[in-house]
Amino acid sequence: MNGGSVPSRRRFLSGNDAVAEGVRLARPHVIAAYPITPQTTVVERLADMVSDGRLSTEYMYVESEHSALSALIGASAVGARTFTASSSQGLLYMAECLHYASGGRFPIVMMNANRSVALPWNILGDQRDSLSLLDSGWIQSYALDAQEALDLTLQAFAVAEHPEVLTPVMVNLDGFVLTHTYEAVDVPPTELADEFLPPFVTANRMDLDRPKSLGFVAGAADNTEFKYLQHVGVLNAAGVIADAEAKFNRIFGRKGGGLAEAYLCDDAEYILITLGSVAGTVRSVVDDLRAAGRRVGLLRLRYLRPFPGKEIAASIGRAKAVGVLEKDISFGHEGAVYTNVLSALARGGNAPPSLNFVAGLGGRDISRADIKGMFDILSDEESPRRFDSPVRFIGLRGAKAGLA
Amino acid sequence: MSGSSKTPISPRSLPEEEFFIGHKACAGCGGSLAVRLALKVTGPRSLVAVPAGCMSAVGFLYPQMSFSCNAIISTFAGTASMLSGMAAGARALGWRDVKVVGFAGDGGTADIGLQALSGAIDRRERILYICYDNEGYMNTGVQKSGLTPPGARTTTTPVGSTMRGSSGPKKNMFEIVAANGIAYAATASVGYPQDYLDKVARAASVDGTAYIQVLSPCPTGWGVPSHETTRIAREAVDCGLWVLGEYADGKHILNRDPGTFAPAAEHLRTQGRFKHLTDEDVARVERDRDEQWKKIRDHWLR
Amino acid sequence: MIPMPRPIFQKYVAPIRAEDYPIGTVAESGVLLSGSADWRRERPVFNADLCTGCLKCYLACPDGAVVREGKKVVLDERFCKGCGICAVECRLKAIRMAAERE
Repeated sequence: MNGGSVPSRRRFLSGNDAVAEGVRLARPHVIAAYPITPQTTVVERLADMVSDGRLSTEYMYVESEHSALSALIGASAVGARTFTASSSQGLLYMAECLHYASGGRFPIVMMNANRSVALPWNILGDQRDSLSLLDSGWIQSYALDAQEALDLTLQAFAVAEHPEVLTPVMVNLDGFVLTHTYEAVDVPPTELADEFLPPFVTANRMDLDRPKSLGFVAGAADNTEFKYLQHVGVLNAAGVIADAEAKFNRIFGRKGGGLAEAYLCDDAEYILITLGSVAGTVRSVVDDLRAAGRRVGLLRLRYLRPFPGKEIAASIGRAKAVGVLEKDISFGHEGAVYTNVLSALARGGNAPPSLNFVAGLGGRDISRADIKGMFDILSDEESPRRFDSPVRFIGLRGAKAGLA
Repeated sequence: MSGSSKTPISPRSLPEEEFFIGHKACAGCGGSLAVRLALKVTGPRSLVAVPAGCMSAVGFLYPQMSFSCNAIISTFAGTASMLSGMAAGARALGWRDVKVVGFAGDGGTADIGLQALSGAIDRRERILYICYDNEGYMNTGVQKSGLTPPGARTTTTPVGSTMRGSSGPKKNMFEIVAANGIAYAATASVGYPQDYLDKVARAASVDGTAYIQVLSPCPTGWGVPSHETTRIAREAVDCGLWVLGEYADGKHILNRDPGTFAPAAEHLRTQGRFKHLTDEDVARVERDRDEQWKKIRDHWLR
Repeated sequence: MIPMPRPIFQKYVAPIRAEDYPIGTVAESGVLLSGSADWRRERPVFNADLCTGCLKCYLACPDGAVVREGKKVVLDERFCKGCGICAVECRLKAIRMAAERE
């Protein structure tokens, strides 16, 4: 793991702790956040760091998520590096501001603890909060584990603030399963972090010598161009992420996985595409099934925006069937990730039969048996074509073999 | 900013430069006058936020930018929080001698923006928040806001057989921010510009959050000719329907006591929005006014 | 003569390519392409002989169209919308509103 020449410190941290360490290393000028479970320990750790002098920042106690992001838009508009964290209802409460921040090209970094959305009330993890905001113009990444949570957080600032990107980034961690699970994490020293992350410099800010007007009105005559450039900014992130990961590897000796990370996909007949922490379990199941002679693989989506369409098309190769496992459902249709994957497959011109596995809603456990069941149904030659609907609710009560 | 000097504000001492000009506000717009005058005091190092509303709609039409200082349109609910973030960012980046100033309408202040304003006051943000009160959602076509006075006809409080204009009372924002423990608050009127300028100067130099609510008639929404804006704003004060006061160091101060009030009936009925008021309605307005003034005269400092 | 500093109208050439637009909603402050003279149906006419330079009109103009010059005022017609507030404010009747075509 630690190929860097400077010895790193391994610490036992939760996913949220790791995010806080990543934020500390990025030295944001302004932090504004409103507490919500299961994000809270991020802002608590940051407050600890401010209180004992490890982090020098303007830490704002705001009265709502809407105000948190409005405040950071203001701070970013004067050229400050900014961070916030939220989850679920809180993320949705600031939804207006998400569009505002991306449209204004304010490169705010946010950690989102993926959590179910009311009603019914539920504080446990699923991905319906962030996935419902795929169109908000933010770059979205999904962490596998606490180490990646730290790395993605630090990298998020480099990606967001890159002049060719200038787009806010949302780093997503599965609520509780990742946010509150402890593991050994390499926390790089600040000198190396400073080497990795240059100071934030932008022309998209107020200027006392040449005053600027921001957040303006652009009518029909100009609006398309602004939106086009916003689209280009997110697309540009793909290359910038690759560069940032290469630089990160050079400095910290830890490789990134790009937009999507393929595991044993080259010769796989059946591939499960997923995102977030559940990919760890899927990987382990893939290992077991491989040992039993089955040609299965995992494609983990690390970013959903920009969308790894090319990576998906390239990884699917000779697959006979693919499944998309996500903690989300767009009611009346299918999971948002599945829709996105299907479009990439269609564009790749070689779309194998596919199924959409909806699981983990409201924090329901996704077991190894569930995952093995998904590979089984994918392997069943008839199954993907047998059903009118590709959507399967995993573990639905009364459904045969746990599959609807 | 110029307001921190001890030199009294006078029309001659104001800077030549216009910081809000070339905007597309209606002729006779009281809100734009309130913005123009305040920026003359806070000066070129003002960092301005205005939420969605008239001033943003008329002042930021790409590529024509009517603010000549730094300015941004804020989220509608987020004027005070965006100002707070601008102040925090400026502090973190070591910007000195800047004035963080917001201009929000009455709906943006008393309704959708109240939570953020309260939070900013609570944090003792060094920001100046100016509410240009034209007593309704004028940008969207004259709908009722929490600061629409009782009886006023708006497009959502029409005058018909079952409804006779706005029914609720006008929310008392001045007392709300005072109760919130704000460092400085004032009410003003574009009809008394000298008083307003002095208050902006005082507010801009206070160590903490400052709030000014300036009566800014909207000829379009009020149903008065465009030349009436300042006269009617002055008359509102003279007939006791608008109080010029301050709240500082925990004390209420009355700046102007008209003694005997100019007749309210005439003042009200020259406005299209009040034309329908009966003698009884007017008497009720006067009764409410007299009650309020009794409290003020008993408790406020002169 | 209008004393400086007063805004100068700039010519706007719409970008040819999308890439020529700003990255972010950011523009130079104070860039004006046009005023509002064409809104006007009446214009204020200042009588310098009656004007005492009290500047009440200057303080009451929503459009910054009244400009101080020496001890008196002049009108920057480019920004005057003809609202008539200045004429109301002038206690000495040194300002009268005249039809725009007069």
